[in-house]
Amino acid sequence: MGIVAFAILAVIAVGSALGLVLKKNPIHGALFLVVNLASVAALYLTLGAEFLAAAQVIVYAGAIMVLFVFAIMVLIPGKEETGPDPRRRVRLAALPVGGVLLVILVIVVGRAVVATGPVGAPGNVEAVGRLLFTDYLFPFELTSVLLLAAMVGVLLLARRRA
Amino acid sequence: MAPESYYLALAAGLFSIGVIGVVVRRNPLVIFMSIELMLNAANLSFVAFGHRFGSAEGQVFVFFVMAVAAAEVAVGLAIIVAIFRLRQRLSMDDLSMMRW
Repeated sequence: MGIVAFAILAVIAVGSALGLVLKKNPIHGALFLVVNLASVAALYLTLGAEFLAAAQVIVYAGAIMVLFVFAIMVLIPGKEETGPDPRRRVRLAALPVGGVLLVILVIVVGRAVVATGPVGAPGNVEAVGRLLFTDYLFPFELTSVLLLAAMVGVLLLARRRA
Repeated sequence: MAPESYYLALAAGLFSIGVIGVVVRRNPLVIFMSIELMLNAANLSFVAFGHRFGSAEGQVFVFFVMAVAAAEVAVGLAIIVAIFRLRQRLSMDDLSMMRW
């Protein structure tokens, strides 16, 4: 049962990721990315990370993708990347590079010695919240400063020069 | 329940697709989305390892990565909009002004 769910979700995730990379129109790519993020959220659920699944849908598939779609709508007049590519050969070299990277990643992860720890899924909302507000309280507060700095920076960057 | 190594393999695949997208595509917005894809792959492996070791710390890290990604997307899109205002078209190949 679990393995079937994983297989379905994995196929959806990989397919939508390929759609993002292969589709010419960036709007289609953005919609594929939404599908991908949702399938990853479902994978979080299968791993027992309910809080992250909700946060993934709200923050990524919601807020961030709205920002992306908005930017695409504002910036792109219809399709682009239609002209001939002067660096086609260089770009095609990315495929073997990506393939080699995939092989290396799989080998490294496959050879990694995974110590036998306590197996199980304690990662519920309560455990995450307890960790966030005890051991990781300082980074948590720093995150708010980071978001504030990003907000001010965006306002400065997007301002129209008078 | 699928073993965690399957999740790691899936994360490796997603990350590689993201790398290919960053290199192959010319539209900075699509490149940005590919970077999001790579961040998500890393997050997935964090959660998988956290599940393997029965610890919630992996999820805490993913939480921080999400916050950083949100800030990064906001700033990055603002930069792209500023560049678009400057030169009215959007292609990575045009953006070589900081190359010496």
